[in-house]
Amino acid sequence: MNFFSDPITFIGNWLGNLLVSIGISQQAATVIITFIAAGVVGMFGFSLVIFTIWLERKLYARIQDRIGPNRVGPWGIFQTFPDMIKIFTKEYITPIGVDKVAYNLAPILSVSAVLLIWAVMPFAKTIVGTDVNVGVLYLVAMGGIGALGIILAGWSSNNKYSLLGAFRAVAQIVSYEVPMVLALLIPVLLGRTMGVNSLVNAQSVWFIIMSPIAAFIFFTSSIAETGRAPFDLLEAESEIVAGYQTEYSGLKFGMFYVGEFLHAFTISALTAALFLGGWRGPFAEQIPILGVAYFFIKAFIVYFFVALIRISMPRLRIDQMLNFNWKFLTPLALVLLIATAVVDKAFYLVIPGLNISAGLLPWARAAVHLGVNLIIVLVTVQILKSHHISTVKIVGKPRPVAVAPEPPASVIS
Amino acid sequence: MIPLSWYLIFAAILFCVGLYGVLVRKNAIGILMGIELMLNSININLIAFWRYRASDGIAGQAFAIIVFAVAAAEVAVGLALIISIYRRRSSVVAEDMNLLKW
Amino acid sequence: MAAEQIIFILVAAVTLGAAISVVTSRNLIHSALWLILALFGVAIFYVLLDAGFFAVIQVIIYIGAIAILFIFAAMLTRRVMQETGPQSNSTWWLGALIAVLLFAGIALIFVNWQGFTTTASDLTNPGGRIVQLGLALVSPDQYLLPFELASILLVAAMIGAIYVAGEKKQ
Repeated sequence: MNFFSDPITFIGNWLGNLLVSIGISQQAATVIITFIAAGVVGMFGFSLVIFTIWLERKLYARIQDRIGPNRVGPWGIFQTFPDMIKIFTKEYITPIGVDKVAYNLAPILSVSAVLLIWAVMPFAKTIVGTDVNVGVLYLVAMGGIGALGIILAGWSSNNKYSLLGAFRAVAQIVSYEVPMVLALLIPVLLGRTMGVNSLVNAQSVWFIIMSPIAAFIFFTSSIAETGRAPFDLLEAESEIVAGYQTEYSGLKFGMFYVGEFLHAFTISALTAALFLGGWRGPFAEQIPILGVAYFFIKAFIVYFFVALIRISMPRLRIDQMLNFNWKFLTPLALVLLIATAVVDKAFYLVIPGLNISAGLLPWARAAVHLGVNLIIVLVTVQILKSHHISTVKIVGKPRPVAVAPEPPASVIS
Repeated sequence: MIPLSWYLIFAAILFCVGLYGVLVRKNAIGILMGIELMLNSININLIAFWRYRASDGIAGQAFAIIVFAVAAAEVAVGLALIISIYRRRSSVVAEDMNLLKW
Repeated sequence: MAAEQIIFILVAAVTLGAAISVVTSRNLIHSALWLILALFGVAIFYVLLDAGFFAVIQVIIYIGAIAILFIFAAMLTRRVMQETGPQSNSTWWLGALIAVLLFAGIALIFVNWQGFTTTASDLTNPGGRIVQLGLALVSPDQYLLPFELASILLVAAMIGAIYVAGEKKQ
């Protein structure tokens, strides 16, 4: 085991040997190292947020033709630290009539639900928290806990705008879980496994090539899960103040804020792991540390698109958002799931008669799946074209904007 | 390590607590919560029997999956009924839902 | 006492306490929150029983869907029964008596059964259990029929719920 090719495993083994040599039993040493590793992964997630907040502010500013943060450090890269200190020193305001337990529990739930996802994140072939054999289901379960945190925050604040935000959260997050789960089933089907690291191992051809529609559905519905623009109805400031986080101040608000940014980066990393091949790349099998680099390059490319969408898209209305989910994403995901299952089964029935060499087999499979996806895209576009509304429906009679009222008769005479 | 009896006694207590909730609660939503507790205790029993007595097969797990489906269906329909009644009669108290009594 | 037994006792105590709070709490939302805690406890029991798949399913279905539905229904109907008056029937002692009697009856059956204190043998092939379950649910000679019945039940429940709770348009 070489330090330079795989430092994390090297340090882990060294620490384990050290603990055993000072007289701790093997099992206890494993438990201690697991705790340390969990802490390191969690801290790593939080430190990533410090960077992504700066990155997103800078991008935001550039698109709006501003400079953005530029005072603290080179290019303002340390701007987040003064912001952090500011938010630490702010006063906690607990409004009268809130439900104390639920009010304080909600920010913790919404951050920890995101942080728990990092437990199954595959950084490299050997650097992975835990490859549970139901990893994909675990991701969905953590999404449910995050929704719970938002609902609790909205209900316990004793504020009607918070409650409206919570209602919207139920409508949005719970319904966008449906296409997300259906889209997650497609990598499971193609990779024949539910563990996240095993799915990365199975991607000799990236799943985004085999099933671009699934990647699109997963990406869209995960953005909706994070509650960021264009799906930020939970906190639409022009309609319901700040939604579920209206009554929060100081570090409790900061936890929601950190949770949102961490969630945005987490879905980028998940998209990279599940559809873009994760740590796969040249020489990643031999030198695991290269895999970490590939993984983060891919994750940041996806994150760039997440930020770009947030910056450039207007907010949807609630009915548009639900229609988009139930009338477009969910049927599409169902059709895609059935088509993928049937085609994959048929492919393996037909293939023994065709004499394709083993090296070409994954690529042949990918080509077949890509073809099916393209057909589905074409059919969908045709259906959408035949249903599009070509004329603007006029609801009321057009009224002139400003017409001087008729002067009373007494004035004329 | 843990004998089967612990799981069975725990599930029995959970079932009785759920039953108490069903019998005693006024609020119809509270009654549904009691039913959920009872279904959970049954699921623990099914999985525990599978693990301790028949871990070669898969029957216990298959039964538990069916119980999950039934629980989800029951809650969806039950809460829909309660909300519908609430809309008509502005009440979720089980004693007030007595239109079929006479 | 082994580590597993300590975990069992702690989780069982928390779960039962949460369950009792579910059926006695005055505020319905608090009941739902206690219910979530109790369901988490049950999920941990599934992990102890080597059924990790069921633990995850428990969190997805019960906490991610059912508990949120409960909270939602409690919020929609919150103007009535909001911490006013007793939440229990006047005959609550009768319910408690029936519950205690039922437990006594179950316990009586248990102590007369010789398989009561069985200990588990090691699980063979723990990793392949999900594959086995998945195949069992779709093979015609095993559990295909119950599986299809459950799916029909779910569809029927979905249609029924939409029809019952939907606004009637005049």
